[in-house]
Amino acid sequence: MKADPIGVATGNHFIDGDHACGEGAIAAGCRFLAGYPITPSTEVAERIAERFPKVGGMFIQMEDEIASMAAIIGAAWGGPKVMTVTSGPGFSLMMENIGLAVMLETPCVVVNVQRGGPSTGLPPLTAQADMMQARWGSHGDYEIIALCPNSPQECFDLTITAFNLAETWRVPVMFMMDECVGHMTEKVVIPEADQIEIVPRNFYKGKKEDYRPFNFSGSGEIAPMIKAGEGYNIHITGLTHDERGYPALDAEAQDKNVRHLVDKILKNEEKIRLLEEDQIDDAEVIVISYGITSRVSQKAVQDARAAGIKVGTIRLIVVWPFPEKLIRKLASKVKAFIVPEINLGQISLEVERYAAGKAITIHVPHAGGWVHDPNDILKAIKKGVK
Amino acid sequence: MDIRFSGFGGQGIIKSGMLIGKAASLFDNKFATLTQSFGPEARGGACSAQVVIDENAVLYPYIIAPEILVSMSQEAYEKFIGDPVKGSIVLTDTDLVKPKKIRKDIKMYSIPATRIAEEMGNRIFANVVMVGFFTAITNVVSLEAMKKALPGSVPERFLATNIEALEKGYEYGKNLTKK
Repeated sequence: MKADPIGVATGNHFIDGDHACGEGAIAAGCRFLAGYPITPSTEVAERIAERFPKVGGMFIQMEDEIASMAAIIGAAWGGPKVMTVTSGPGFSLMMENIGLAVMLETPCVVVNVQRGGPSTGLPPLTAQADMMQARWGSHGDYEIIALCPNSPQECFDLTITAFNLAETWRVPVMFMMDECVGHMTEKVVIPEADQIEIVPRNFYKGKKEDYRPFNFSGSGEIAPMIKAGEGYNIHITGLTHDERGYPALDAEAQDKNVRHLVDKILKNEEKIRLLEEDQIDDAEVIVISYGITSRVSQKAVQDARAAGIKVGTIRLIVVWPFPEKLIRKLASKVKAFIVPEINLGQISLEVERYAAGKAITIHVPHAGGWVHDPNDILKAIKKGVK
Repeated sequence: MDIRFSGFGGQGIIKSGMLIGKAASLFDNKFATLTQSFGPEARGGACSAQVVIDENAVLYPYIIAPEILVSMSQEAYEKFIGDPVKGSIVLTDTDLVKPKKIRKDIKMYSIPATRIAEEMGNRIFANVVMVGFFTAITNVVSLEAMKKALPGSVPERFLATNIEALEKGYEYGKNLTKK
């Protein structure tokens, strides 16, 4: 399905990543946003709050991030595409209800413009240190999808992808920007609406009495949704439940329910996978990065190639689910993986886990507040080929 | 080309960087990345906007040592004058910056941008006068592109005055370099 032209601000813009994310959400068909202002994410909500009245959307500034997350879950079950926007401290508050969204298989997008942490940390400065929290910050076993844009253009394009993935897999999608990308202003090209592919909500069309809000059959099918208030007598709960949505509190039901939540993502990793590979065929070392760090490391890669080093790159666009099979395969071909990221060791540990000792993993950490010095990444590349 | 626009909060410093980046990327077909300082220093104290303009995609978004520095306040000048690389161009507002420290390895140009804006009726246009001056001296962006960047970025009712401010700064710069 093509985007509704009413929400598409076609043209060339010079805007920052936050504004571009807001435009992406509106173009994707988002019509409900609940949020609470927090640096460096506020501009996303500002953009949407200004634009929503013209497209028939609703923005509510909630009392906090707990309520914001709860509001978008409720709204999603009323029919519209929904989003919330925050940064680290707010993301922490959202965790309990993110678990609820996972359990209720509620399509929604959660934008986190990452800043330095823990706690209130570095409000106006960048980090990529919420990557593990995005995956498993709520309790229990589950899987989500997370994307990392590296430019304002991608903040637009990938916000649309995030909504499409949320609808396809009925899962909260974490849109993991960082302050640098959010506050960086560049050219953003917004295409015509008929050039934008949108995944609409899959609404149930059968007999009311036959409706099941969940499908745990193991067939890989995702159950369609309904709109609350249209006469369906259904029940949804955070408790472990059966396909009708009613509590089923035993080990057998738990196995069906939780395996479904995990399998629908992990078994479809290759379908969900989104990454860029460059010159990996004859590479001796591969730099794996995401978000703003993928741009900074490209500078180091250019210098390394100029020095005759065979270095390939993988830029993770979808970080969760992690491309486990790809890393396992490449580990037997290369000497080393170089993983720069603006945290002290998160995705690098995943790479190391799947490299499983076949290739070494060299982490290039940065505690946040700034991006890497490309020379630090270059040094790691040189160490990797030795 | 790495450019830093600096001054105090409220002078339209960020807007100046935005106009230059917009002109270069939307109308001169180059790549431009704008970053800005956030936080307490952006309120009244020295504030700055950084623009990287390139023929190729910009990879590293920040500026360590600019090749062009624009300073519209004494405080910003003192804070940033040490950074530009040798051979850089430094532009200042004649009345607001009295250089104590003179670097001989850079080219200095100044314009009474704020005075020119006041003569036009409001000092609020001083940043656009400076952007015009910048356009004339540095040749990083074209005058045509700068003019195209103004609509949508300044209030509609002040568009004509902003174009006039841009042209005044540009003419001042062209006259200065003719001599």
